[in-house]
Amino acid sequence: MSLNPEYLKEERNQMWRAELRSKTKNKERMLIPRVKMPELAPAIRVKHQDREVNMGLELNQALTEATRCMDCVNPTCIEGCPVNINIPKFVKYIEQGDILMAAATLKETNALPAVCGRVCPQEKQCESRCFYVEKTDKPAVAIGHLERFAADFERNSGKANIPETAAPNGIKIATVGSGPAALAFAGDMVKYGYDVTVFEALHEIGGVLKYGIPEFRLPNSVVDFELDNLRKMGVKFETNYIVGRTSSFDDLREEGYQGFFIASGAGLPRFMEIPGENYNGILSSNEYLTRVNLMGAAMDDKDTPVLKGKYVAVIGGGNTAMDSVRTALRLGAHRAMIIYRRSEAEMPARIEEVKHAKEEGVEFMTLCNPLEYFADDKGRVSGMRLNRMGLGEPDSSGRRRPMPIEGSEFELDVDLVVVAVGVSPNPLVPSCLPDLKVTKWGTIVVDEEKMQSSISEMFAGGDIVRGGATVILAMGDGRRAAENMHLHLQNKSN
Amino acid sequence: MNKILEKTYFSDKVVQLVVENPLIAKSRKPGNFVILRIGEDGERFPLTISDADPVRGTITLVVQIMGVSSSKLVALEPGDTITDLVGPLGKPTHIEKIGTVLAAGGGVGVAPLLPIVEAFKKAGNRVVTVIAARNKDLIILEDEIRKWSDEVIVMTDDGSHGRQGLVTAGMEEIIQREKIDECIVIGPAIMMKFASLLTKKYNIPTQASLNSIMVDGTGMCGACRVSVGGKTKFTCVDGPEFDAHQVDFDEMLMRLGGYIQEEKRASEIYSQKL
Repeated sequence: MSLNPEYLKEERNQMWRAELRSKTKNKERMLIPRVKMPELAPAIRVKHQDREVNMGLELNQALTEATRCMDCVNPTCIEGCPVNINIPKFVKYIEQGDILMAAATLKETNALPAVCGRVCPQEKQCESRCFYVEKTDKPAVAIGHLERFAADFERNSGKANIPETAAPNGIKIATVGSGPAALAFAGDMVKYGYDVTVFEALHEIGGVLKYGIPEFRLPNSVVDFELDNLRKMGVKFETNYIVGRTSSFDDLREEGYQGFFIASGAGLPRFMEIPGENYNGILSSNEYLTRVNLMGAAMDDKDTPVLKGKYVAVIGGGNTAMDSVRTALRLGAHRAMIIYRRSEAEMPARIEEVKHAKEEGVEFMTLCNPLEYFADDKGRVSGMRLNRMGLGEPDSSGRRRPMPIEGSEFELDVDLVVVAVGVSPNPLVPSCLPDLKVTKWGTIVVDEEKMQSSISEMFAGGDIVRGGATVILAMGDGRRAAENMHLHLQNKSN
Repeated sequence: MNKILEKTYFSDKVVQLVVENPLIAKSRKPGNFVILRIGEDGERFPLTISDADPVRGTITLVVQIMGVSSSKLVALEPGDTITDLVGPLGKPTHIEKIGTVLAAGGGVGVAPLLPIVEAFKKAGNRVVTVIAARNKDLIILEDEIRKWSDEVIVMTDDGSHGRQGLVTAGMEEIIQREKIDECIVIGPAIMMKFASLLTKKYNIPTQASLNSIMVDGTGMCGACRVSVGGKTKFTCVDGPEFDAHQVDFDEMLMRLGGYIQEEKRASEIYSQKL
């Protein structure tokens, strides 16, 4: 997806933007401190799986924060955004008080702004490229908080703007999966005029947004609203449908589908393959989070059970590990522990998630590695043996390699263990396509620019290509795939 | 879609349902299963497909009342709709002409065994089938099994139908009588464990279809993991059929009991509601 500097310039030169710039001096803008996101108190939030920790900005907070933005001539923040949101334009609409126009700006390039405003690692993306970070020692404009504010404002206003779509061209397109990559793809393709159907294996649309990310970070009602927008734009949704199984790709081709976007996600959870790992009470983060988030297992009126632990160990240091350990606290754990083999500095989780987890009372046992599990006479996990680690030379990931310290072994009482050490690509869809090129890890091989696979009408993106990434990178893939599939289909028909 | 067209009681607790789902009826193969969910509060659970009619667009499921979800399914009547039904899942049974196949089914496991018996027979094999249950009332699909088997032995624990004894007694009689090239066993985990020990003794390649606990059924959660030859496998995407002699049945039995307290509590609450 190329940035169009001409377009950005043209937008920036609009009268209202120029007037806004002259209204407040840059010096004054720079004196405003960065806004703090209001949060639910830790003592209250640990009792509620479904109450959001970040409460969102008030209108006056958003207006002030938006004033900090300099509306730079060369807005580097946009380069940091995988879906190329026109950031200064939406921020300036907020400063002007036209929040609905800010929301409409977000939706020019982002099908899920209320989601991204909550779960994107902005500190590593747009905000890391903000003028304040690049040229001063002040913190970046809180672009993520403002994105969420605009999207929430629109949702609560009852005046949701439905993005314009081109006249229907009648060409049928399918996505395999309904997570962030597929939804971003579907949003763009329907704008181009295609007849898009999103096929999902589970009974709910949304993929990881529904089964993975807990409600205290991303309420399901927020996801449902964004799905409804896509529905209003003309995207069709089919649940309980596994492309390649329920029907074959050939069946769908016969039905007239001309393009496929495979975004089936990173299905298989990884385990450490250490003794005792199959005892009851040891489960993958996928299973734990799916039971609680998708199936509502923490609620009494739902049939799906979830094991509740008093002494819960979560293995791993990513966002999924944080989501799991914080879920365990909310389900009544006395001790909820993160066990991570490197130090906190190497943790892949967002700083905000680590901060929230600590405030809530999560114990961080860093530089510790599980060796084996023990169980009671019924096969339920009762303890584990670990050793302590030191950090050696940097490895291929650039992070210092953890090395076991001899004689440092110790034991820990646990009655629930959640393993969050990563996922492998889901083999279900690629296994139905013998001609599809995959890597030795099972990820689909694509042209990195176009996201096109070895089968010309099949594009792919998200975790089935990357093996495990973020919501926003998946969405970026979806947008690039849409742009290039559109070109591919146009060239074919010419 | 997913409408129940027919409902037949095999016994108080075992019910056969014919369900409308043209896509799965067309694409399923012997050995495949589906995941179901009954009602918006329901859990996801697997059932192996016992038959399908692609012309009529139906699949057949046999369910035994065990807990809340199976009770909710059995409470549905013809005309009702199953909230969610997805499939076909799992690898299909590997069917080829190999000679003589010994098929053994225990209890409600006879239902998923039926399409496999039919497929082996149609592939040109001699098929000898042993079906077993606690008593006469719990023997299901005997006529259908007979239709596709060269010989059928019925075993009941109490001798109320066929011969008295366990499934393994019937199997051993056949193994001692003639050369068996492959064996397939489907039933309760404990039955598959002992059937597998028996065929291992005689060195007969044996497949077992496992009924692990599942949530999504598509390889995502890992609830269904099982040790096969010392390696962890996922029943939903690597199975459900595995080399029985390599399966750690004791671990599987332990894992099947992983939610027993929660299941008991849920059943009590459900029966109070009724």
